[in-house]
Amino acid sequence: MSVFDPAETGLAAASDGRSWLERIPVAYWVVGLVLLIMPAIAGDFMLFQIFGWTFILGLIALGLMFLGGYGGMVSLAQMSIAGVGGYMVAIFGVSAIDTISLGWPWYVAIPIALVIAMLFGTLTGWLAVRTEGIYTIMITLAIAAAFFYFARQNYVVFNGFSGFNGVLPPMLFGVDWRGPAAFYYLTLFWAALGYLVVLYISRAPFGLALQGVRDNPRRMSALGYNVTAHRVAAYTFAALLAAIGGILLTWQSAQISPGTAGIGPAIDILVIAVIGGMRHPVGPFIGAFIYVILKTYAIDALVTLGLSGERFQLLIGVAFLSIVFWSPDGIIGLWDRLREDRKRDPLTGRGGEGP
Amino acid sequence: MTDFARRHPIWAAVTAILAAILIWMIFALWPSWLVDLIGKKKVFLNALFNGITLGGLYFLVASGFTLIFGLMRNVNLAHGSLYLLGGYVGYEFAELTGYWLLAFPAAFIVVALFGILLQLGVFRRMEGQDLRQTLVTIGISIIMADLMLWGWGGDFYNISAPSWLSGPLETILVTTQKRSGDLVYLKYPLVRVVIFLAAVTIGVGMWLLLNRTKIGMLIRAGVDDRDMLSATGARIQLVFLGVFAFGAGLAGIAGVVGGTFQSVAPGEDIRFLLASLVVVIVGGMGSIPGAALGALLIGLAEQFGSVYMPTYAVVLTFLIMVGVLAFRPQGLMGRS
Repeated sequence: MSVFDPAETGLAAASDGRSWLERIPVAYWVVGLVLLIMPAIAGDFMLFQIFGWTFILGLIALGLMFLGGYGGMVSLAQMSIAGVGGYMVAIFGVSAIDTISLGWPWYVAIPIALVIAMLFGTLTGWLAVRTEGIYTIMITLAIAAAFFYFARQNYVVFNGFSGFNGVLPPMLFGVDWRGPAAFYYLTLFWAALGYLVVLYISRAPFGLALQGVRDNPRRMSALGYNVTAHRVAAYTFAALLAAIGGILLTWQSAQISPGTAGIGPAIDILVIAVIGGMRHPVGPFIGAFIYVILKTYAIDALVTLGLSGERFQLLIGVAFLSIVFWSPDGIIGLWDRLREDRKRDPLTGRGGEGP
Repeated sequence: MTDFARRHPIWAAVTAILAAILIWMIFALWPSWLVDLIGKKKVFLNALFNGITLGGLYFLVASGFTLIFGLMRNVNLAHGSLYLLGGYVGYEFAELTGYWLLAFPAAFIVVALFGILLQLGVFRRMEGQDLRQTLVTIGISIIMADLMLWGWGGDFYNISAPSWLSGPLETILVTTQKRSGDLVYLKYPLVRVVIFLAAVTIGVGMWLLLNRTKIGMLIRAGVDDRDMLSATGARIQLVFLGVFAFGAGLAGIAGVVGGTFQSVAPGEDIRFLLASLVVVIVGGMGSIPGAALGALLIGLAEQFGSVYMPTYAVVLTFLIMVGVLAFRPQGLMGRS
């Protein structure tokens, strides 16, 4: 697939005769190398719990970043779509609830799960694009809540409050994919692939048209673009990312229940995307890393400070609020502003652009 | 009314027939085949009245939400937290003073003051940035939820109504006929009736305020075109402040009502935020009559749903929302 070709993903500034390998920025080499040799450095808990979770949440939030950053639509239904993906794998594949699970092999169950999640995402999008801006948040929040309550009440298909447990990844190539290193590489692969595909699409005709729709829907419509179709297609793509993330999330905890796709987690995904920044696909992963670190270690930190560990939500809320308050573009925005400041000429106060 | 009938004769006829059936179902003695079909009349009437009174509660919450939204384009996702805060403040006040009625002004004032703080400290600083304001309200609701959990714990609090309100009310509606020929009349909790009447009073008062006073004129003008209004010299920031305080205060009052009807507990904030979201989406954003209609519909759907299809009662309300969105995206009473 040409997706892997960084020359086409637009990683390089211009085609200046160097081979595509040389045109990959240094930062990518460094980060890529560090991530690849991570299993040699980090312990099992770090690999499975911290990094695995970061990549999964980042992938789900990446869909939201794609919708919000390129499409200008903030959807709170991403986690519900991830939930649908996870549920479908449990229902069509193998789980401990064998009265409901159909036990189909993974190569049937996973594609079906992805397709159903994408259909759900498309339907959500079709409903949500009938409204604009802040209305979209309200409607997707309501859809997320509806899915949560439905899954909790339905015992025939979704097994109600307890959901499904014992949902494990297939033993492919004789590897236990829930082992720390294997799971780390599995999530890293999908996260990196998702990241590159989003980067690619952002420069591809579809992504450019989507950004045009975000900036001026009327003009794009006058130019002959189908605004609604572009928006709905963006939802479908975001749903694919969310569904992959949802399946991985289900495998990580080996279970899926309504709480996984509740209202709190739905808002958490938004928090992650906003903390990281919605302007570049790396944002969600940064946000997810911060979120996971906070969620894992905040309790210890709070206890050391003499506060109750239950005040974790407070910490997250304050972090979120201060980011939104001072830097609407998240951590990336802060980073960019810092770089701008350093480039600026201290005498004239101009600059930022140029060599 | 006649206008509507002239333009949509078929819909008018359908509405009239449905209304007639409903009136008959409320007042008549049910024949046995109907009882066999959908159960006792008492259950039906209770669901109907519970739905209407729940609608009154939803209206109290949602009207503040829709008022704030209509004027300031600010989706206040912390509205549920304001509701919960009102409930807690009302509980504390009722416990402290022993007067249930005092809980209402206390909750109104405290939550309205909090709303003023929010408007001055947060929303005024980011005027016109809808998305950012919305995100900030999410942050505020996360923080408030945790602070309230810290302060009041995870227990359920119930604000008890005074004794003169606690008895049942004998209504004139017949539920069934005993074998001896005596008619059995429906009994209904008095406090619910009183609170519903209060909600109606507040609704009518709001309508009068909006449509018959100078302040209302300012607010309506602000909803239509706030830039133009501020250009004419009206002190729009003052209007914003007043409306935000009033909307927040209404949420506080609703918290006391909710605490009397049901209970005050963590998680109720999200429940009522969602309820007001759905009500406002169904009724039409920024419209007070829309909020009333939406609240009534959602309250009825929830109660009838929980009686006649218990598993999917919550889902039913969302189905209504999806249906409205699919066919009338601006809401039933909204202007496109």
